[in-house]
Amino acid sequence: MSGTEQTSVRERLVDERMVRLYFYAALLFLTTSMLAGLLMSFQLIRHNPLRGLELFSPGRWRMLHTNAVAYGFLANGFLGCLHWAVPRLTLQPVLDRRLSWLIFVAWQGVVLSTAVGILLGEAQGLEWGETPVWIDPIAQLGLLLVAINFMTPIARMKGPVYVSLWYFMAAFVWTFLTYAMGNFVPEYLVSGSSAGAVGGLFIHDLVGLFVTPLGWGLMYYFVPILTKKPIWSHGLSLVGFWGLAFFYPLQGIHHFLYTPIPMFLQYGAVVSTIAVELVVATVVINFFGSIWGSFDIVKKNLPVRWFYTGMVHYFLTCLQCAFQVTLTFQKIIHFSDWVVGHAHLVMFGVFTMWIMGMMTYLIPRLLHRPWASVRLCEWHYWMSTVGILVMAGDLILLGLFQGWSWAALEPWDVSVEFSQPFWVLRVLAGLSMFGGLLAFLTNIWLTLRSAVVDSSAEPTRLAVV
Amino acid sequence: MFESKSGILYVAGLGFFVLAFVSNAVVPWLMYQRYPEQTAEQLVNANLRYQFEDLARRYPESFEAAFGKPPGGEAEHNKWWNDTCAEALREGRKVYVGEGCWHCHSQFVRPVSNEEQRWGPVSRSEEYQNELQRPVMFGTRRVGPDLSREGGRRSNDWHAVHFFRPESVSEGSPMPEYPWFFDGDPDKPNRRGLAMLTYIQWLGSWQESYPYYEAYVPSSLVRPEPVSEGAAADSGEQGQ
Repeated sequence: MSGTEQTSVRERLVDERMVRLYFYAALLFLTTSMLAGLLMSFQLIRHNPLRGLELFSPGRWRMLHTNAVAYGFLANGFLGCLHWAVPRLTLQPVLDRRLSWLIFVAWQGVVLSTAVGILLGEAQGLEWGETPVWIDPIAQLGLLLVAINFMTPIARMKGPVYVSLWYFMAAFVWTFLTYAMGNFVPEYLVSGSSAGAVGGLFIHDLVGLFVTPLGWGLMYYFVPILTKKPIWSHGLSLVGFWGLAFFYPLQGIHHFLYTPIPMFLQYGAVVSTIAVELVVATVVINFFGSIWGSFDIVKKNLPVRWFYTGMVHYFLTCLQCAFQVTLTFQKIIHFSDWVVGHAHLVMFGVFTMWIMGMMTYLIPRLLHRPWASVRLCEWHYWMSTVGILVMAGDLILLGLFQGWSWAALEPWDVSVEFSQPFWVLRVLAGLSMFGGLLAFLTNIWLTLRSAVVDSSAEPTRLAVV
Repeated sequence: MFESKSGILYVAGLGFFVLAFVSNAVVPWLMYQRYPEQTAEQLVNANLRYQFEDLARRYPESFEAAFGKPPGGEAEHNKWWNDTCAEALREGRKVYVGEGCWHCHSQFVRPVSNEEQRWGPVSRSEEYQNELQRPVMFGTRRVGPDLSREGGRRSNDWHAVHFFRPESVSEGSPMPEYPWFFDGDPDKPNRRGLAMLTYIQWLGSWQESYPYYEAYVPSSLVRPEPVSEGAAADSGEQGQ
């Protein structure tokens, strides 16, 4: 196929402008979110530079931090990657490019008005569901349109369905249902402990049924392409998908152990959580089996290094999960910074890293020119990796100390006081992660200013082995 | 089924989700059907009314500016206090949620880790069956103390000063300041501030051991008895 012909096929299939826009939006919200996180971390060490200002209330910015990551960064990042991966996997374009535009604009509207609503003190009282009530129906409609736009090429496709598409299809259904469950049921239908059960399901499913399947689906797509090796075992892929689908939704209540929610339901959540950790192990084994004997690629190929670093973190968080979900661990670690460390290891250490890997691979292709600086790409990777490992280790350890101090009935102030040095270290780790992001943004800026190379040629130095 | 589009959509996508929703959400919901959800009006009890009227005594000008004046005539008078108190509760909860207080303060006492000794009686399901727990305020993290038995532990003016500048009464506290609950001075709480104080004093006010923390001896002060039906039933339940 000649160069021009190939280009036109690519353009017919993939709306590259859409991918670029989603990536820019994702990075904008990630920057906002990290600044919000830093604000809260400075408050904890009692050095908040913006104290006493209503619009900079740390409690509100703390909600902005989590919401901007979930809906602004992860959702936008994944949607960008889906616009690349789904048409290429199915050899069909999305349903309608105008619909893609509508969804893009509407989704940014949802995220921005969520941010404004939260900053004005209109938040809803559910973690990750703080989206003010008047935005919920619009977000719900947006998710429906996303599903229609991407399900159409999948429905039109003939022949066997690749693993990535199993995850994507399920994720479109789950995300829609999860959002509806979390934002409407505990607000309008139930209260009290049963609302707690629904809330637990919601925060859990948002990670497990929206972020996780999209993340793994994209890994199943990008890893074989970049490593030029097939996935090791189809059987393990099947076990991984169906195990996740069955066990993951059953665990929401493990976020509220020892609450007044009935004990038999708590036990059920604990057992299915431990079950899913075994399933997760099979997925990780499958991916490490896929590059067995050629680990060198992790050194040379930066996107693959991002992916596999994320997978190591994934394995670590899941291993951690299997322990922390037990009632024995919960006695000590619940309510402590252990949980905060765990959450950052999952959201940053795994999914943010995967999206960064995909962006590192795709941005040169989308801009039709190589990265301006490979060295900045390396700085991005190392500052992020060192930052998240220090932050997670620091907070997990601190969580244990806090839990033991509380159980020993030491005065409350003691636990706040000895947390200070740990919280200072957390600020430094956060600054390192933010520095990595700044390196990445600078690199994109420099790349945008550099000259375009022939778009039909392989345009990147990084992803070529 | 395992690799077909319909199998994935209907069994994994829809089927497993519904299974989880029924077993994890519908089951507890059905179990708690026997505890009807209480409204804010039904939650006003004698302890809370005492604290609410204390706000009016302590900050007469601010209180009048925020909520107006009680009407004359004993029945109307009582009804006005109860209704205004319920209104303040609802608003206070809204502020509590909007400021994200619940991200650093939990509202449940677990039966482990000596929590019963630190905070008070272990939480029971029926405590959460009311409109102020919609969505429920269990919380996820304790940077600061649990608040579910906070009502009556400290006085209104302590809380006012604490909201205005936490460090002035709680040394080394990492809690943010909330000067926008006041008109420039901790002695002048605005409507939001008064609502917030009411909400904080409500937490745990339904407990028999209220206030839990201090060596509590009921005072000789005659407390106004609530008149609305729900509130009367509520204080009756406490049954001294």
